[in-house]
Amino acid sequence: MILSIARKELKSMFASPMGWIILALLMFAFGTYYLNGVNNYFEVMSGSIRPAERYGVTQFVGQNVYGLASFIMLFAVPLLSMRLISEERRNQTLPFLFSAPLSIIEIVVGKFVGLVTFLSILIVYIAIMLSTLNLWSEIDFGYILANSFGLFLLLASFSALGLYFSSLTSQPVVAAIFSFIALFVLMILDRFFAGDPSSTMAQLSFMKHFQSFAAGLIDTADIVYFLLFILTFLILTIRRLDADRLRG
Amino acid sequence: MNNFTVEAIELTRLYGGRAAVSDVSFNLAKGQVLGFLGPNGAGKSTTMKMLTGNLAPSLGSVKICGIDMMENPKEAKKLIGYLPEMRPLYKEFTVDEYLTVAARLHNVERKQIKNAVEIAKERCGLGHMSKRLIENLSNGYQQRVGIAQAIIHNPMVVILDEPTVGLDPVQIRDIRALIKEIGQEHSVIVSTHILPEVEMVCDHVQIIDQGKLVFNGDIDVLKRQRMGNKLLVGFNKLPELADVAKIKGVAEVELADNNMMRIRIEEGAEPHEAIVKAAVKNGWGLYQIAPDQTSLEDVFIQLTYQDGVQEQAA
Repeated sequence: MILSIARKELKSMFASPMGWIILALLMFAFGTYYLNGVNNYFEVMSGSIRPAERYGVTQFVGQNVYGLASFIMLFAVPLLSMRLISEERRNQTLPFLFSAPLSIIEIVVGKFVGLVTFLSILIVYIAIMLSTLNLWSEIDFGYILANSFGLFLLLASFSALGLYFSSLTSQPVVAAIFSFIALFVLMILDRFFAGDPSSTMAQLSFMKHFQSFAAGLIDTADIVYFLLFILTFLILTIRRLDADRLRG
Repeated sequence: MNNFTVEAIELTRLYGGRAAVSDVSFNLAKGQVLGFLGPNGAGKSTTMKMLTGNLAPSLGSVKICGIDMMENPKEAKKLIGYLPEMRPLYKEFTVDEYLTVAARLHNVERKQIKNAVEIAKERCGLGHMSKRLIENLSNGYQQRVGIAQAIIHNPMVVILDEPTVGLDPVQIRDIRALIKEIGQEHSVIVSTHILPEVEMVCDHVQIIDQGKLVFNGDIDVLKRQRMGNKLLVGFNKLPELADVAKIKGVAEVELADNNMMRIRIEEGAEPHEAIVKAAVKNGWGLYQIAPDQTSLEDVFIQLTYQDGVQEQAA
């Protein structure tokens, strides 16, 4: 059931130009940064003499691309998630889902899985792109894996938040705006509290938890953070849809 | 264990103190088509939303084939096909894609999906529209797609909210035939404003007004109750009302449309012959004398625009 809904959402995303355009633009952006990274590598590296400054090509190019990815998705994910529930509300197609033998959990998780699957296309794309360098060099696959995993969790969290905001309104654009603002704040939260490293608010920042993945380290504490984040917003979405049914 | 397919038990829906639906109870058995009538804002759509699990009732419960909607919603919803007032169509899909999604979500077995889609399309007359995008279909065809998704999994209970809206007369006839066909094996609830449609298709009628049921029973009972004691008489040379009222057995006389007279007969009297004799004697030019079958419209207006009288048929 969840897969049926995920499949339907994927089909929907590819049925309108929005999905294709975003996919194309993002692939173009990643490709450009990748190209820049590869082009600049020799210039930059030949200038650095000290061993500590010598990065491998994986990390050099990867930093470029994955750094861009985590930032640009801030814009892309709200655009994709905004229509998940608010468009259904606007077009009055929610009764179609509500009168089918589906629980609200299945509906929400199905939409979430559909969106994350769509975004996974990009993650796989970046991973393959970086792996092609293996033809000429020894690529640190562990680095790529850690980054991909971190990016996956990051995008899943973005999606969960975007899905929640989509369930709050019947206008997709409002959902997109609020999602973007919320994600932006959460992303740079640790900068606000830079002066106080032990503050709990800083712990909530995305960047803080993504940074270890970016360095190639998979920390269970960070995994748990993302999973809790996803769980929280999915549950909030489920409750919001249920409230629709109860309060009409 | 009774074998009602739909049981509504004291359904009530409150919106901040105001009761949109108040204490609606009815049963539906297999093979029955129920017509659900009511003026705008009476609570028809709200009741249907509660029956299909789209809205939780404030009080009361719904049982589909004995399964409670609140306790076991998934099982209950498997048995229902619903077409809401606003067609729930995904405009970016083609007809085939949409119906396949509908079949999948309604638990049709994977191998049967293609077949089910073909059958549903055939029943609704959508055969040649398979590959069209739904947003490119005309209103009537979109309505047909809506009906198709309601019947695709062959549910026991089909609930249609204004199914013939936007259709042309030929299509309306086809859909009515379809409803009757479905109604033979399953239960159907149809809500509509079109009264002749109710007379044609349904065998049970319910009239709801301001959230309360004002009538619940067979169509025949409804019409019979309004018939019985009235005659519609046509005269070429219209006589005085007083002259006609003098005839023994006549209780009341009033002018009807088209220069005819409506004569209400006293209980137990049969003044038909007396009226004919008087007409011949006085040269009133009688050309028609027949029982006045009040149409469903008059009954509807009577029941909803005056103080509703609770009528329960046996």
